[in-house]
Amino acid sequence: MKNKSPGKILGIGLNYVTLSVVSLIMLVPFLWMLSTSLKEPAKIFVFPPELIPSPIRLENYTEVLANTPFHLFYWNSLYIAILVTIGTVLFASIAGYAFARIPFKGRNLVFLLLLSTMMIPNEVTSIPMFLFMRVLGFINTHVPLIVLPIFGAGGIFGVFVMRQFFLGIPKELEEAAMIDGCSRWRIYWSIMLPLAKPAIATLTIFTFLTSWNDFYDPLIFLNDRELMTLPLALSLFTDEAGTAWHHLMSASVMATLPLLIVFFFAQKQFIEGVSMTGMKD
Amino acid sequence: MESNMNIPISPEQKKAKPKRNPFHREANVSGWLFVSPMVLGFLVLLLGPLLLAFYMSLTDWPLLGEPTFVGMDNYKAIFSDEEFWTVVGNTFTFAAGLVPLNIALALGLALLLVRKLPGIGIFRTAIFVPVMTSLIVWAIVWKYLFATDTGFINQILQLFGITGPAWLYNPQLAMPVVIVTSVLKNVGLNMVLFIAALQQVPVHLYEAARIDGAGRARQFFQITVPMISPTIFLTTLLTIIGSLKVFGQIYVMTQGGPGDSTKVLVYYIWEKAFKNFEFGYASALAFVLFFIIFVFTLLQWQYRKRWVFHEE
Repeated sequence: MKNKSPGKILGIGLNYVTLSVVSLIMLVPFLWMLSTSLKEPAKIFVFPPELIPSPIRLENYTEVLANTPFHLFYWNSLYIAILVTIGTVLFASIAGYAFARIPFKGRNLVFLLLLSTMMIPNEVTSIPMFLFMRVLGFINTHVPLIVLPIFGAGGIFGVFVMRQFFLGIPKELEEAAMIDGCSRWRIYWSIMLPLAKPAIATLTIFTFLTSWNDFYDPLIFLNDRELMTLPLALSLFTDEAGTAWHHLMSASVMATLPLLIVFFFAQKQFIEGVSMTGMKD
Repeated sequence: MESNMNIPISPEQKKAKPKRNPFHREANVSGWLFVSPMVLGFLVLLLGPLLLAFYMSLTDWPLLGEPTFVGMDNYKAIFSDEEFWTVVGNTFTFAAGLVPLNIALALGLALLLVRKLPGIGIFRTAIFVPVMTSLIVWAIVWKYLFATDTGFINQILQLFGITGPAWLYNPQLAMPVVIVTSVLKNVGLNMVLFIAALQQVPVHLYEAARIDGAGRARQFFQITVPMISPTIFLTTLLTIIGSLKVFGQIYVMTQGGPGDSTKVLVYYIWEKAFKNFEFGYASALAFVLFFIIFVFTLLQWQYRKRWVFHEE
């Protein structure tokens, strides 16, 4: 390594200090959340604040689990997100393949029409959608939360992503399969879909997280506590719990931790997947 | 292909036709079949509701009972609705506070993180973690951090002998608190996009500039900024659109209060539609939001040519 001038070393040091300060600000909420979730209620008001609580009170967690159907919130969020993800990946990849590779009449027009609606804010369509779902008897069910994202803006975005990916795959592969007499469906299912694994992984993470964190639609469509997803249940919990911060924080930890653990193991994929959120909105 | 239909067909073409035509018909059939679930969903769940929403905005549409057509009355009412103007003002204040802070911080952090220093990945992860976290959880925790008596921030201030204000109950402070919370939540997203853009800037440009004696500031403004301007453009546009649609953090942290000081457009739409069940008026409000977003997008595209250096 070549020698570095004092100015350079100072610059690098400043770099680290700045990044440490910003990172600390980002991590304080999590540390404080964890700390409070383990505190006795009386200790919350203690000054100066205790970062490591003593004694550690795990009852905050068991009380939340006993007093609220927390396992149901979890299950609701999880199964809805999984169904939305499967549906989106399936329908978006089928349509994306067709838009990329099947020269059917009206293809470009339809694709443009789909893309142009991605700009419409959800708030515009959610009002008639609420009435529509009411007529069909789907208010206070999970149906709108599963169906709307698959075929709504999220799904259309998925079509776009899959189409872009399929456009990049060499045509020769497909032509060879065609000559062998493979049907379009076989080509899509046995050749193209397995090749699209990286795009599917990104789309999966993006879709799962969007559904998992969705708030507006559950707020509109759900009334019963047993049907609520985690974000909605937590937001109502804020009103009910008032200043019972120890319970609120243990609930928040339980809602956040599993996803964070998964994130630490698949950071690269997650960052790619989440970055797509920015592209979509 | 259709244009060939009326032209007399030569023997060769006659021969070729049965080969070609089934292929095209097959492509049309399978193409439409493949896209039909998406297209049907689009018609029923997006285009249909969009048209219906516009019709609803021209009616007085209660929760129960028959809707009545009122023409442009809702739109007229909106423009003389004082609360609407407050709400629009709040929405723009939020955007005006959030967007520059977010972009500047994201770009600054990206510039620090793009240098290949040992252990730098840890910082990137730490700053990205909030992006992963549910907005609702993030807002709840920050509401707690900014709590008047038990909040971490006021407790820290107390260590220095300062009595902290009632952050979220003060009409002057509530909005800045929500803005800061929102910036911290999503700055990691733009940061990651900036890092990706910075990594694409060819190193030889900097080398050439250095040989020509250009300083760090000059290099930044004459190489870095122009080279990543497409990304700056995109992130700014998307951050503006996102900030005009802010809702979740307002719902959790302030419920639009104190007074109307943090009531933003989407919150107002939600309130009118799903608390007061004034569907017609709420639909008209939603179209105003749509229009605002549309205008911003259009303006940005207009100015794009002026300040974006290269286009793909």
